[in-house]
Amino acid sequence: MNNSQINQIKDKAFQYFGIFCTLIGIVLLVIFIGSILIDGLGRIDWNFLTSLPSRKAEKAGILTAWSGSLWIFGLTAIFAIPLGVSAGVYLEEYGKKNWFSNLLEINISNLAGVPSVIYGILGLEIFVRTFKFGGSLLAGSFTLALLILPIIIVATREAVKAVPHSIREAAYGMGASKWQTTYTQVLPAAGGGISTGIILALSRAIGETAPLIIIGALAYVPFVPTSPLDEFTVLPMQIFNWTSRPDHAFVVNAAAGIILLLGITFLLNGIAVYFRNKWQKKVKW
Amino acid sequence: MENTSQKNINNEDQSMSQDTTEKSKVILESKKANVYYGDMHAIKNVNIKMRENSVTAFIGPSGCGKSTFLRTFNRMNDYIDIFRKEGEFYINGKEIYQKDVKVEELRKTVGMVFQKPNPFPKSIYENVAFGLRIQGIKNKSVLDEAVEKSLKQAAIWDEVKDNLKKSALALSGGQQQRICIARALAVEPKVLLMDEPASALDPISTAKIEELIYQLKENYTIVIVTHNMQQAGRVSDRTAFFYIGELIEFGKTKNIFTNPKEELTERYITGRFG
Amino acid sequence: MKIREKIIEGGLAFSALITVLTTIGIIWVLLSQSLVFFKDVSIVEFLTNPEWTPLFTNKNYGILSLLSGTILTSSIAIAVALPIGLTIAIYLSEYAPKGFRTYVKPMLEILAAVPTVVYGFFALTIVTPYLKTIFPEIAPFNALSAGIVMGIMIIPMISSLSEDALFAVPKTLRDASYGMGSTRYQTAFKVLVPAASSGIIVSIILAISRAIGETMIVAIAAGQQPNMTMNPLETVETITAYIVQVSLGDVPHGSIEYRTIFAAGLTLFIFTFILNNISFYIRRKYQERYE
Repeated sequence: MNNSQINQIKDKAFQYFGIFCTLIGIVLLVIFIGSILIDGLGRIDWNFLTSLPSRKAEKAGILTAWSGSLWIFGLTAIFAIPLGVSAGVYLEEYGKKNWFSNLLEINISNLAGVPSVIYGILGLEIFVRTFKFGGSLLAGSFTLALLILPIIIVATREAVKAVPHSIREAAYGMGASKWQTTYTQVLPAAGGGISTGIILALSRAIGETAPLIIIGALAYVPFVPTSPLDEFTVLPMQIFNWTSRPDHAFVVNAAAGIILLLGITFLLNGIAVYFRNKWQKKVKW
Repeated sequence: MENTSQKNINNEDQSMSQDTTEKSKVILESKKANVYYGDMHAIKNVNIKMRENSVTAFIGPSGCGKSTFLRTFNRMNDYIDIFRKEGEFYINGKEIYQKDVKVEELRKTVGMVFQKPNPFPKSIYENVAFGLRIQGIKNKSVLDEAVEKSLKQAAIWDEVKDNLKKSALALSGGQQQRICIARALAVEPKVLLMDEPASALDPISTAKIEELIYQLKENYTIVIVTHNMQQAGRVSDRTAFFYIGELIEFGKTKNIFTNPKEELTERYITGRFG
Repeated sequence: MKIREKIIEGGLAFSALITVLTTIGIIWVLLSQSLVFFKDVSIVEFLTNPEWTPLFTNKNYGILSLLSGTILTSSIAIAVALPIGLTIAIYLSEYAPKGFRTYVKPMLEILAAVPTVVYGFFALTIVTPYLKTIFPEIAPFNALSAGIVMGIMIIPMISSLSEDALFAVPKTLRDASYGMGSTRYQTAFKVLVPAASSGIIVSIILAISRAIGETMIVAIAAGQQPNMTMNPLETVETITAYIVQVSLGDVPHGSIEYRTIFAAGLTLFIFTFILNNISFYIRRKYQERYE
């Protein structure tokens, strides 16, 4: 066998190894999800969705968890979207190239890599203790808003950067001010990219557990929150709580909760992908 | 269409009859070659024969298909999804699109030099030794010898012999292109395809490359794509003029430039085009 | 009109400033509480004591036993994710048909979108029981299971950033390599990977940083028992899992036990901060080279 044949074999072998690697992660995930569906699908019924938590696995429901998640989703969105989009627009459209913008850039890249537990510690000291929000929805959503801010900022910057300069010049040429140009031309043109980023960021917030544990969100909340200052639990917290119990019946509950959480996560990601594709097709610069 | 193919064959015949003195064998040949990019018909029914130890120039306006056609001879178009070809392509009498032809082997026989100098971000030595290394040759003295020989053939040995460890990217554009030629020569190909090898270079570097092509003809069969008429006149033995995918005229360079048969060729050569 | 423009610009600038305040807040909180902690516990003890038992009567404050748990689980994760992720990147950029690529990439991204608590559940209820059939002596909570699952989670991080880097290698280098008769395999490993090395290194560093900071998978599946070991079959506790453990318990605010999470958090932050900055500077340097 000569060298050329050996090279051919290596080339082919790597091709099959490549297919294997590409599929292994996805296949494992499918197996995981399949086994969870088997475990948990039978547990999901109207009672499960509308019952309060309980010490008895069969009676326990997920009402407080999903309503808490809904609250967190809404509040986090209210805080994070305006801040993130504004900051992104400022950095891309207004920021001049100087040491300060450079610092902001390094800073945001760093924040994107800070572990979520560290955000939890920050939230604990600032929102829970200093601002005295306690382990409330408000403290939780502020913490998560800071956590996802870098994602929204980066997505906004990318989207705004992709808007061609000619559009801005056209608006300026008509006598529009900087903000008018940004608000009426640049932001709508960048809307698809920004929406994609926002949805992905919120999907991340919905799935977070660690920072909320640290700020003191509770696993056992026997009521549905009615104000941002109420204590709360969320789906991932409830899943974590059930997972850490030895009784198999709770593991079934956890699986049922995971089906719900994954459903929401995949739905949000699907919407984000839809936005991205639609935007890419519509706008070809 | 029928007409065109007729015309091509005529051209071929004429050029043949004119060099009955040259008996060297045919190295590159295409029969009824057609190339498509998706819906675009890029090469239309081209028949051509190129002989050993000659330089053939492909000329024609941009988009006429001359580079596409060049690349079919070492199958560099294979990686383009929408590429499709009909007809036959021969190197040394062997049809190169047959199933049993390994494209990697083919490219060792048919080297290529590209428009922009594209040395790897490695040392000069490693660039030239690349082709031998991928064939599994590890013997230091064999490599050393091949590197020196190729660099000498590419007329750049004297300029780099003391810095073989230096990054090839640190050289000037003209030097880089000669390194790329040396890299192609190191695997001792039969044929060298050059796709506008001097178009990114200054006049002095261009002159060096042209002189080099003239010397290399001794040992290699060279096909060069160029949009520089003077260059084609200076370096090539024969010239093929392409226009919108068709081979309009092919013959001795001297004849093409002084006495073209086709009106299109004449208009192109005299610069009265478009 | 002028004033309105100025006010708007000010508002936008303030939003950007929030990110700086966040960083200052993180550093301030971690440092101020840690300083109080280090009044009670010497830094030498913190860095050299092999035991970490702040919640026991016999208290020891040696971060090394938490750090070793973090390093062990992260190493396993990288050992899983690096070869797979890099292979995927090379496969997608050099081998895969275009259609396949457009479908597979979003599917890989799903791996990164699954909440980590879900991965923790997978590790504990599916992977560990499976591993037990291979290694009967494996602990119910162990580093191996958590590390493997964490590795699966960070595969798309390495594959997607590395593929971007491979994609950015100029086409002329590919032409040169294929033109010499290289196979795709040779082109990938002898030309593209070296040329894209800085981007690939960035992806690896970011993946390491992500693994070090990952919390729920290790808190659920690796255990909550500090253990200075490199045996992947044993129970370990990572820095992040410890922080979660304390937060779940009933530790009084202001006590030394409470402050341990800030010292542990500071240690974690320093590691990820250094890694993130290295990757940022490499990225910036090689971006300039190609632009």
